[in-house]
Amino acid sequence: MANQQDLYQYLLRLGDNALILGQRLGEWCGHGPVLEQDIALTNIALDLIGQTRSWYQYAAEVEGKGRNEDEIAHFRDAIDFYNVLLVEQPNEDWAYTITRQFLFDAFNYYLHLELCDSKDAQVAAIANKSIKEITYHLKYSSEWMIRLGDGTEESHGKMQQAVDDLYMYAGEMTEPDELDQRMAATGVGADLQAIRPKYFEKVNEIMDRATLTLPENQYFQQGGKKGRHTEYLGFILADLQFMQRTYPGLEW
Amino acid sequence: MNANWPLWEIFIRSKSGLNHKHVGSLHASDAEMAIENARDVYCRRNEGVSIWVVESKNITASDPDDSDPFFEPAKDKVYRHPTFYDLPDEVKHM
Repeated sequence: MANQQDLYQYLLRLGDNALILGQRLGEWCGHGPVLEQDIALTNIALDLIGQTRSWYQYAAEVEGKGRNEDEIAHFRDAIDFYNVLLVEQPNEDWAYTITRQFLFDAFNYYLHLELCDSKDAQVAAIANKSIKEITYHLKYSSEWMIRLGDGTEESHGKMQQAVDDLYMYAGEMTEPDELDQRMAATGVGADLQAIRPKYFEKVNEIMDRATLTLPENQYFQQGGKKGRHTEYLGFILADLQFMQRTYPGLEW
Repeated sequence: MNANWPLWEIFIRSKSGLNHKHVGSLHASDAEMAIENARDVYCRRNEGVSIWVVESKNITASDPDDSDPFFEPAKDKVYRHPTFYDLPDEVKHM
């Protein structure tokens, strides 16, 4: 049985990852390179927002202050968001968007596989519902990594640049902190130590098939899980929270 | 980019036991991408259980100018339809 405060914090991490990446993907809506991929990315965004709702609804219940999922999304500042740094990185171009997606999907897949067996029935239920969506996300982003990495000289160059710039955010996800360790010990959270080798094996496999190379400098940035973010999160929240901050309780 | 991607015709089977039906077309660089694009474009709202994709150039269509000799002769031959039988109520989909 996990401490309720720990569980609340842990649920926010799960929900925040999904919300911020979903919001980033939503920025592609109407701007995709072709109609088919515009729809594909916004489909994934909607999957992620749906997962966010499940995590926040449960978080609100655990918090026990009568808040709902919208209030949890709209009335917290950047320092109270616990998503990993990777998901808040800007879309830039298709290569960055796909690379960010793949680096996250591979983690998210193994994370949810573990959470499917959580000792918390609600966590397990949400993970079981989400794993089908996440399995598709990983297939989608892996295929684009390979297609473009092992594509033309130009596409390879753009993908390699994105990998060089984003890989420093890949380590934080599988690096357990005290909360991760306590949650894993109760059997409610996932064991990141167990996920880490599987994650990097998957990343290496896809990079190989995409003929891309990982940067030699493997220093990983971290801080998101503790609420220490890159400059980008504030701008994302300004967009996301504007209406509710300006007109609290607005409905439409 | 779009100009380089071939066009694909998409067929969706809405549930087991029914036929695949043509639902539209989309662009994709190969068959695998066409299936995924079709999944995202045409199956978002639970429309299907199976997808076929065929590159549009592989479809041979009848010539609209031939429609009279092709289809007109069938119109006045009502005896080719089983309209002179009384069908029991239990027989569906006729």
